[in-house]
Order: sequence, then structure tokens, then C-alpha cells
Amino acid sequence: MANDPIIRVEELTAKYGDNVVFDRVSFEVMRGEVFIILGGSGCGKSTMLKHMIGLYTPFAGRVRIQGDDITRAEGEVRRRILRRLGVMYQSGALFGSMTLLENVRLPLEEFTDYPPEAMDAIAASKLRLVQLEGFEDYMPADISGGMKKRAAIARAMALEPEILFLDEPSAGLDPITSAELDATILRLSRTLGVTFVVVTHELPSIYTIADRVIMLDKETKGIIATGTPAELRDHCENDWVRRFFLRETAAGGEPEVRTT
Amino acid sequence: MSGNEQSGARIESSRDPSGQTLLSIRGRLDSTSAAGVWRRLLELGRAAGASGLVVDASALEYCDGAGASLLVALERQQREAGGGFHVRGLREEFQKLVEMIEPAPARVEAAPEHREGFFEGIGRATLRLLSDTRTLMVFVGELTVMLGRALRHPRQLRFKDLFLVAERAGIGAIPIVTLVGFLLGLILAFQSAIPMQRFGAQIFVADLLGISLLRELGPLMAAILLTARSGSAFAAEIGTMKVNEEVDALTTMGLEPVSFLAVPRVLAAVVVVPVLAMLTNVAGLAGGALMFQTLDFPLVTYVNRVVAATSLGDFVGGLFKSFVFGIVVAAVGCLRGLQTGKGAEAVGESTTSAVVSGIVLIAFIDGIFAVVFYAMGI
Ligand SMILES: Nc1ncnc2c1ncn2[C@@H]1O[C@H](COP(=O)(O)OP(=O)(O)OP(=O)(O)O)[C@@H](O)[C@H]1O
Ligand SMILES: [Mg+2]
Repeated sequence: MANDPIIRVEELTAKYGDNVVFDRVSFEVMRGEVFIILGGSGCGKSTMLKHMIGLYTPFAGRVRIQGDDITRAEGEVRRRILRRLGVMYQSGALFGSMTLLENVRLPLEEFTDYPPEAMDAIAASKLRLVQLEGFEDYMPADISGGMKKRAAIARAMALEPEILFLDEPSAGLDPITSAELDATILRLSRTLGVTFVVVTHELPSIYTIADRVIMLDKETKGIIATGTPAELRDHCENDWVRRFFLRETAAGGEPEVRTT
Repeated sequence: MSGNEQSGARIESSRDPSGQTLLSIRGRLDSTSAAGVWRRLLELGRAAGASGLVVDASALEYCDGAGASLLVALERQQREAGGGFHVRGLREEFQKLVEMIEPAPARVEAAPEHREGFFEGIGRATLRLLSDTRTLMVFVGELTVMLGRALRHPRQLRFKDLFLVAERAGIGAIPIVTLVGFLLGLILAFQSAIPMQRFGAQIFVADLLGISLLRELGPLMAAILLTARSGSAFAAEIGTMKVNEEVDALTTMGLEPVSFLAVPRVLAAVVVVPVLAMLTNVAGLAGGALMFQTLDFPLVTYVNRVVAATSLGDFVGGLFKSFVFGIVVAAVGCLRGLQTGKGAEAVGESTTSAVVSGIVLIAFIDGIFAVVFYAMGI
């Protein structure tokens, strides 16, 4: 992993109306790493992601992607940055009026000059990558939730992005598919040097793929921990973080195990 | 001392020497019996007020989630009244249940509710209306720029969407537009024929029909039907996309939601509404013709009267109006869709709001047109 930051989040503050979600948060994502954003439900992980991809304008602070400030970029500059990003939203966000293949094709149509048959071929190969071969002509409404997630990941990967943002990619997937997804992430990261920013709660997945983890917190509206999963589990002084990694309940101790 | 026997739970209320109220609960406090004693227990608690309340649960044999909720409700009520509260003798497993519902330290104080006065309400509504109008004007402006760009670079336009929308909003509307137009003409002719007959002026029914349909009713009806059928559909479609983060996904793919979603729809509406208005005119005139037959005039007379009474200006003016209505109705539909908040109800709200604002705007703009056309002598 090269040691230069591909994304720099600088003193970022996000608000919905008067409700501050996080306050003056700064961190860096290194080129080629798998970077995980953790935190309790509703602490602002999706909000953070949406600021990092320039969808929301922050109340204060900036986000630099390879030096360009995406929060203030417009026109061609913005397009140039967006071209390098792939995003999978928490809800999948497939276009309901298009087939899976058309969904994956759309970014190609928008950003590239491939001949149509090449676009089809690329889109189909992305669907194969997430084990969705044979479902090219299905509408999003006609496939399962986990399949939608995978199709959305395929779409996020359509343009061979340098940075992939995934919001809870493995939520709703069975353990096997989820493990396959982890393998895909690792493969892309190790062979192509793709940088990943992933929001997830899946501990096994975190241990498998994560290079570095940050933990957002609702109370302090900031980052309460940074490090590798093992560091956070073994050395973090913050109780909540340690409990998260050990899967303990608030009362201490693991949840009582079924004995029958 | 008062006793109370109710399906398993018994409550006794007494006052101890220090003036505190003592409520002892015996038996089973479960989802069945809690319902029976809920109000009574809270009333007894309220009577204790600031003097303080002690609940003796040592004789409580069983308590489930419902019972625990009742104890928590009692505690909250007592806290609000500013009196002390204490439970004694509650078995440990039940105590845990209570803590699950109300973890001891984190007590959230509800913010004092702010009740809006009548004038404040009016003021707020006015401000909302003003900012709403402003947003709409900005949006129509943005849309116009995008439309201009789309017309200059027609290759970037999504023709597939355009045709799809035009088909649904236009061809799909033909039956209802024809029906409504025909009935409108028929009824209008009938209603006006009766008073006119008294003066032997039935022949002027043709004039009246021709002018009112071409100038006013044709464009108006077509626009209102478009609002109801397509303005609402635009808001619902785009609103659903908003809720599903699809609009966000478009943005990150470098596709401007306004040009991707709104431009094809508005363009389709602009093409479709004048055609629908013409159709309404024709259907209305046909309805009038049918009525005219019953007045024993030959059809030729009717046609001649209509042609003589109306001018090209009436026709073109009407079409221009419907063109403007089309832009506004489609723009409002798309805007409401893009403004959709979170959740399924938000989509419903945008849909309703698209129809309401659409119709209000049609009426408003129609008024402006009446004044302008009058001033221009059309
Ligand atoms: N569009 C919005 N408007 C207003 N408030 C919002 C909006 N989106 C999110 N919020 C609020 O911001 C906070 C953070 O939301 P966010 O979706 O970022 O959480 P999250 O960490 O992704 O949670 P989860 O793990 O459940 O997905 C929440 O309290 C939420 O209520
Ligand atoms: Mg989220």
C-alpha cells in the first residue's frame, strides 16, 4: 500500500437543518487500502459517505479526492472526479425502469465512447463478477434484496473506478455470498489497487477485508477510534469500541448462549 | 383503604404516616391484567401527587413486559408531577424487565411542546407559499436552460424516455380527454340552449361553444386532466426514485437529475398538451353538434356559425395557453418529486401536492392570460 492519501476529509461538519450529525471530523484514506467506517445505527455513516462523494454540500470543511475538493467542484472538474468513483447506496438504488444490464450500462453510456456491443459485454461481465449471470434482463423489482445489492455493486464497478464506496454491501446477504463479496473486494484491492471505503457492521467481514477502521460516534459527533480491527479489539481504551469488536452487550459479557 | 379485584392483579391503596401514598400490587401483572388496572393505578398514582408514592411489589407473583410498562408509566407520571417515587420488594427478574424499558440514568426530558397560534400559523403558511413560489420559479428557470441545451444537443436527450412519457401522458389520455370534452360540449350546449331559447337565440349556442371551448375550456380541461393523470405520476415516479436513493445515484453518475428526469417529461408534456387541447375542442364541438341537432338546425349551419364566430387568434391563443400550462404542470410534478422527503408517505404527499399546486397554478396563469389577451386585443 502506497502511503499517500487518496481522500482527505478535512474538518468536515454535516448538518440536517439544526441537527449536527458530526462535527469537524478529519481523516485520510490511503491509496489502495480497504477503509471501513463503523458506528452505531444512525450515527451518520451514510451521511459521511454522501459527503465524501460530493452529493451533499457540507456545512463546513472539505473533502479532497486526489487533491481536488469535491465539495466545491462544479462542471467538468466535478465530472472528472465522479468518473473515478463508484458508489453503492445502502438501498441499492437500482433504476426501477431499467433491466439489470441497462442499470450497469448506464454509467458506461454516460462517461465512455465504447461501441454499444462493448458496453453490453462489459456490463454483462460485471454482473458475472457478482454471480448474477443469467439475470441480465430482469427488472430490479423481480429479484431478491440480496441480488439487488449485488447488482448495485456491479453497477458501482462499471467504470473501473479507482475508489469504490460501498454502504453496507453485505447487509442482507447470506454468509456464503457475503464471503464471496469479501473475496471480490480483496481481489480488486490487491490486484487492481482499487481503494475501498466501506460501511459495514459485519464483524467477520471487517476482520477479513479491513486495512483500517474508523469508528464514528453519535454522542461526541466525531471519531472515537482509528486503527486496524485487531488494534481496536485488543488495545482500545474506549469501552464501546472494544465491546463492538468482542460483540458484548452493554451489561458486559457475551449475550447468553442458547444451551439446548 | 380501597380494594380492587381485577383478573389477577389486586391493588390496595393506603397512606402511610408520613403522608406518602402506598400502593401495593398483588398477584399477576401481565398483559391481560395490566389492561384492567392501568387507568386505575395511574389515577391512584396521580392522587398521590407531590406527596410521594411508594409501590409495594413484594406480593407481585408475576410481571411481564406489559406490567413493567405500567410501572414505568407510573414512574414517569410521578416524575412529571414532581413527587417522589419508589418501588420496593420488586423481584430481581422483574426489576431487569423494568430497566430494559427505562434504563435508569439516561432519562430524556421531552422538550416543552410549542403550540402554534392562529396568526403564527397564517404567517408561516404565507412564508411557505412565498418560498415555494420562488423555488418553482428558480426551477422553471433551470429547466428552461436545460431545455435549451437539450434542444441544441438533441443527441444527449433520452428519446426513449421522451416517447414513453409522451405515449403515457398523451395517447393514454385520449379516451378520457375525448369523453370529458364531448360531455363538456354537450352539457354546455344544453345549459345555454335553455335560456337562449326564450329569446329565440339558440343559434348563438354555436358561437358560445366555439369561443369558450377554443379560448378557455379546451386548454383548461386538457391541462387539468394532464395534472391529474401525469403531474401526479411524475411526482410519484421521481419521488419514489428520490426515496430509493436513485436520484442520488444519478448525481454520482454525473447525470443531472433535472435534465435526466425532468427534461424528457416536460418536453413530452409540452408536445402533448396542445394536441390534447385540440382534441378537447373537437370533442366538445362534436358534443355541441349533437345537442344542436335536437334544436332542429342543420349541421351546416352549426359549422358555419362556429367558423364565423371564432378567429385564428382564438385558436392560436388557446394553443399557446395550453403550451404554457403543459410546461407548468409537468414542471410542478417533477419539482414535487425531486422535493420528496423520506419514506413512502412523503411520496404520497408530493403526489397530492403536485396535483393541488398544478391546478392552483393553472387557474392563476389562466387569469393572467385573460388580462394579457384582453390588453392585446386578442
Ligand atoms: N435526509 C435526511 N434529513 C434529515 N435527517 C437525516 C437525513 N438522513 C439522515 N438523517 C439523520 O442523520 C443521522 C445519521 O443518519 P445516517 O443515515 O447517516 O446514519 P447511518 O450511520 O448510516 O445509520 P445506519 O447504520 O442505520 O444506516 C440520523 O439521526 C438520521 O435521522
Ligand atoms: Mg446508513
